[in-house]
Parts: sequence; structure tokens; C-alpha cells
Amino acid sequence: METGKGQTFMTQPLVQVENLKMHFPIKGGLLGKTVGSVKAVDGISFSIKKGETLGLVGESGCGKSTTGRMILRLLEPSDGTIYFEGKDITKLSTNEMRKTRSEMQMVFQDPFASLNPRHTIGKILEEPLIVHGVKDRRERKQRVQELLEVVGLSSYHASRYPHQFSGGQRQRIGIARALAINPKLIIADEPVSALDVSIQSQVLNLLQDLQKEYGLTYLFIAHDLGVVRHISDRVGVMYLGQLVEISESEDLYRNPLHPYTQALLSAVPIPDVTYKQERVILQGDVPSPVNPPKGCPFHTRCPKAMEQCSNIRPILKELEQGHHVACHLYD
Amino acid sequence: MEFPMIEVKDLQTSFRTDNGEIPVVDSVSFHIEPGEVLGIVGESGCGKSVTSLSIMGLVPTNTGKVQGKIQFKGENLATASEARMRKIRGNEIAMIFQEPMTSLNPLFTIGEQLTESLRIHRKWNKKQARARAIEMMKLVGLGRAEALMDEYPHQLSGGMRQRVMIAMAMICEPELLIADEPTTTLDVTIQAQILELMKKLNRETNTAIMMITHDLGVVAEMCQRMVVMYAGKIVEEGDVSTVFQSPKHPYTVGLIQSVPDMREKKERLYSIPGQVPKPGSQKLGCQFAPRCTHAMDRCLSEAPPLQPFNNGQKVRCWLYGDRKGADIYDSAISSS
Repeated sequence: METGKGQTFMTQPLVQVENLKMHFPIKGGLLGKTVGSVKAVDGISFSIKKGETLGLVGESGCGKSTTGRMILRLLEPSDGTIYFEGKDITKLSTNEMRKTRSEMQMVFQDPFASLNPRHTIGKILEEPLIVHGVKDRRERKQRVQELLEVVGLSSYHASRYPHQFSGGQRQRIGIARALAINPKLIIADEPVSALDVSIQSQVLNLLQDLQKEYGLTYLFIAHDLGVVRHISDRVGVMYLGQLVEISESEDLYRNPLHPYTQALLSAVPIPDVTYKQERVILQGDVPSPVNPPKGCPFHTRCPKAMEQCSNIRPILKELEQGHHVACHLYD
Repeated sequence: MEFPMIEVKDLQTSFRTDNGEIPVVDSVSFHIEPGEVLGIVGESGCGKSVTSLSIMGLVPTNTGKVQGKIQFKGENLATASEARMRKIRGNEIAMIFQEPMTSLNPLFTIGEQLTESLRIHRKWNKKQARARAIEMMKLVGLGRAEALMDEYPHQLSGGMRQRVMIAMAMICEPELLIADEPTTTLDVTIQAQILELMKKLNRETNTAIMMITHDLGVVAEMCQRMVVMYAGKIVEEGDVSTVFQSPKHPYTVGLIQSVPDMREKKERLYSIPGQVPKPGSQKLGCQFAPRCTHAMDRCLSEAPPLQPFNNGQKVRCWLYGDRKGADIYDSAISSS
């Protein structure tokens, strides 16, 4: 049974990830043998309920984007299972997976690189419809017009090319493309980080409106903690390929339990001159995922590290209702 | 009366394009006192980076044109010769660029790049310069400085490279440090380290900092005064505490409200409608008028001047053209 506060979520989660791993091999030597691996994601488990937004935060290289890509199977996981509506999708063939992808779509970070510059917006939006079998040309054209209006653009934009749009407008096109085939899940990988503040809020509001209207479920991957708090119902914090804390968003921001989450939250400059925050300044850099530290991945920078932290990897456990943390401080 | 260290007056930087000459920075004036940290805030294309390039004399002369006065310790940099600028750059005024990944030369070791300005400006010998470089690297928190001297930029992480950039900028003890989005590409925990370091250097060496950023959080934390730019013009100026607590220009108000607050969840974010105009696309009136919810007829036809308030705040907006306008605006703000 789910432990979330809403009793309406008693049904199975939309996505359930169990012990997911992604180890990228490092080839080397004369014969191109595998000499090591980058442990980008190293055994994480979580679930996403229908209609909610799960935020995934962490610094560069923590594996949050890799996680998003594995759920869509744009990357083949090294280990672990992904259930989508109760069905294990890690075992599906390429063809079956392509069909399943009509239920899950992605919005990419870079609105400049993720649209084909040689296709018109109409063609870009039509493509998923063709792939997923909308045969009638007129129906497709009509759907394109609809989509443009849904994301706040006009139907005459269909004949234009990507370079004729600003960053914010391009991101709207990216969102329209993801919506084209009525998916249930949208994985948004840093969808607003390339945008200016005033445009960023427009796109965030659009995402929220669309969620309400179409009952979408989001996996929202971002490094901006303010943005993630704004949009997410629950938030997971990743560090060096592991999920160190996951909880209801309000709870996480008000009462962060993991020392890394505490440091991360305290590091964000607040645009308020009257606000004085106690800052935890972490020393050094994130260790390399090729050779992650033994035990807790954070122990090399943790201000509260104890002896056991360098030997035993802490497991994610529920400390308060719905609030899971992986830290020996709470053993 | 003491002169400000640097005073920019009616700076106008324009670029020649196929569509004629386009002003990117339009009559910008501000000053920085010794030891002061000034924030320059604005979104992409507002002219904040071009302002800093103009000060440094780095606007390409074949396509760009810099007019106006840049008075640095009594000397106008806008008309200074290239030879003179070369003496000032890296010595009296130093700059930290946004991208630590691309602003270091990949073919030279960290040591060679760090000592270059000492060898050129101060004519120090190798040994002296190396010792000073190592000292500087320790000051910016780079451990194992001796070993790093002989390494190449690709061997360093982003945060380390940005520290090297700061060490490089600070090594000749400049009086003014121009930091163009110094932490934008860094992770928050690394950003916190770098900001802490810049604050420390400002305190200890009394170096003035011109902090160019789009992040209002960084401004609130680092700066004493701030300038808000929109479409090449300064729209608001004042003490950081004044501007944050009672922003006057509708753009500044909108900008502050659009930032999602990490401490409290708002139901819905405020958003400024429309988008940032292309430079040179609008000739008449206030540049912000097409996006402004308070725009009046006058805003579309007549460009407002930058008007001073009693508390040192300056605002470029017709709403404050007369007291009547201010009343309308106050009630509009309180009702929204």
C-alpha cells in the first residue's frame, strides 16, 4: 500500500523503479577491453504516482538525467527493473517499447538543439503523430493546430522554422511535441534552465496548466531548487548515482534530513536582503563516479561523517511518513 | 570631494549589422566606489555583458563602436590607446568570464597562464612569479597548488577552473574586478564556495567588484548597490536593500516576483507577458511598454528619463513622471 497522504493514490503507481543501475563501460588497453565503469546511476528505487510531479534534484553528474533517459529506455539500464502501469518495460523488445513510448514523452533541456532546424514546426509536431499511426493527413494537421494553441502559440506558426523562434517559444514547441500523442508521463529534463527568469515563469505556469487539464504525470529533472519546489509534489535528491533522500516537497524543504540535502538547500542564494541564512559550505568537489567512495557516497564531504560512513553504504529507509533518507545518522 | 573609482557616463555601444547600426548599450551611466560591490542585473540581450566589454576595451573595433565616457581614476578609457589598455587590463582592471571551460587556454599549463600577467605587467622573473602564483592559488582554496601549476586546464573540474580564473584575475591586485556571470555554469554548492571566496577577497584586498548576473539571489547576497538593465538601458538603480524592498520599475517588480521562492511555495508564479525585444527593434517610447501591464499612451510615444528619488533610487518610468502617476501605480501594485 502506498504511504502517500492522498488516499486517492491507493492504486498502483504509474512508474515504479527498482534497484536501477547504469554503469557505462570504460574501454581501454590495446584490445579495447572494458577496464572499468562509470557508475552513473548505482541502484536507485522510487515510484511516481499518477497525476503527481516528482522532482529529481542534484548537481551535475549525479545521474538524474541518466535516470530519466533509462525510464524511457533511451539508455539500456545495466540492472534493475522499471514498471510502467505495473508492466515491466525493461524486458520489452524495441518494437514493443516504441509502442509503449506513446504513453511517455520527453521534454529536453536545450530548446536550440532539440528541434531539427530544417523542418518546419508543423512537420516537427506531425512526426510523432505519423510514428504513432495517425494516418489521416487532415486529422494530423488539425491536431498540430490544436497543439500550437494549447501551448500558447498561434496556428500560423506551423509553417515557420525553429530559428525564427525565441528560446521560450522553442521550449513551448518542445512541450507541444511531447503532448502530441497524449502521453501519460512526461519526463522533463531541465526544461527551463536555458531560459531567462521572466520566460522561465511563463513555461512553468504552462506546464502546471497542462498537468491540470490533461491529468499528466511529470518527472521533473532540474538543478534549480526553487523551481523544483515550485512545481513538485514530491522531491528526490540524488548524489553520485544514489538517491539520498525522497519526500513530500514541503517536508523536504522545511525539514531536510540528509546532510547533503541540508548543504544543498543552504547553498542557494535567496533573493531577499533581509533573510540571513546559516550556510553549510561543502569542501572540495564531487568524487568521480568511476571510483565512487566506499560506504556512503557523501562521506568524503560530509560535515557529520562518522566511522561507519566510510564502510557501510546506508540504505534508504522511511523515517517519517513518506520521508525516506539514506544516512547513518538516523540508524 | 572624492571621485568614484570608475564612472561610466552616457556609454553608447553599437554594432554594425546588415540592418544598420544597432545600439546594444544605450546611454548607460553608473559609478563604482573603491571597495564597493555593484550588481548589474538583467536578462539575456539587455546589454550587461557588452557594458563590461566596453569598459575593458574588448568590443571589436571593426563592427562595434563605443561612445561616451569611461572615467577610470580620472582617465577616459573610451579614448585610450590599445597600448594603454593593454597596461590596464589584467593589472588595474581584471575580468572573470562566464565560462571557465573555454576561457583558459588548453595548450598552456595553469602555471604559465597564472604567471603571464605578473611577467608582463610587473616584469617579475619566473621564480618570483611562480611563488606568487602558488600563494594566490592557496588563497582561492586550491589545495595541492604546486602540482596544479604544471597541469593543463582539462585536468581540472569546473569549480577548480573558476578558482584559477579568479586567482588569475586577482594576481596583480586589481582595483576593479569585473565578474561576468562568474557562477552561472557552476553547481550550487560550488557556487557557494566561489561567492564566499569573492566576498573574502573584496573584504581583504578592498577590490571593487562589478558583478554581472541574472541571478537576483546572488545580487542580494553579494552587492551593496544594483543596476537593473532592460534592452540596453538602465531602468532602475539603487541600494540593494531599497530595490528589493520597494522596487519601483514594473520590470524590476516583475523580475523579483517571477523567481520561484525556495522558502515558500506560491500557488502560481507571476510572469511578465511577452518576450525580451531584439536590440534595435523598437525605436519609440519606453522599451518595456509592450510587456508592461501599467503602460499608458505616453509610454508608447515618449521615452522616459531616469529620474532620481530621495533615497538615491533612480527609476526610468513614466508612472513616476508626476505624483499623480505614482498614486495610480501604488494602488495598482497593492491591488494586484
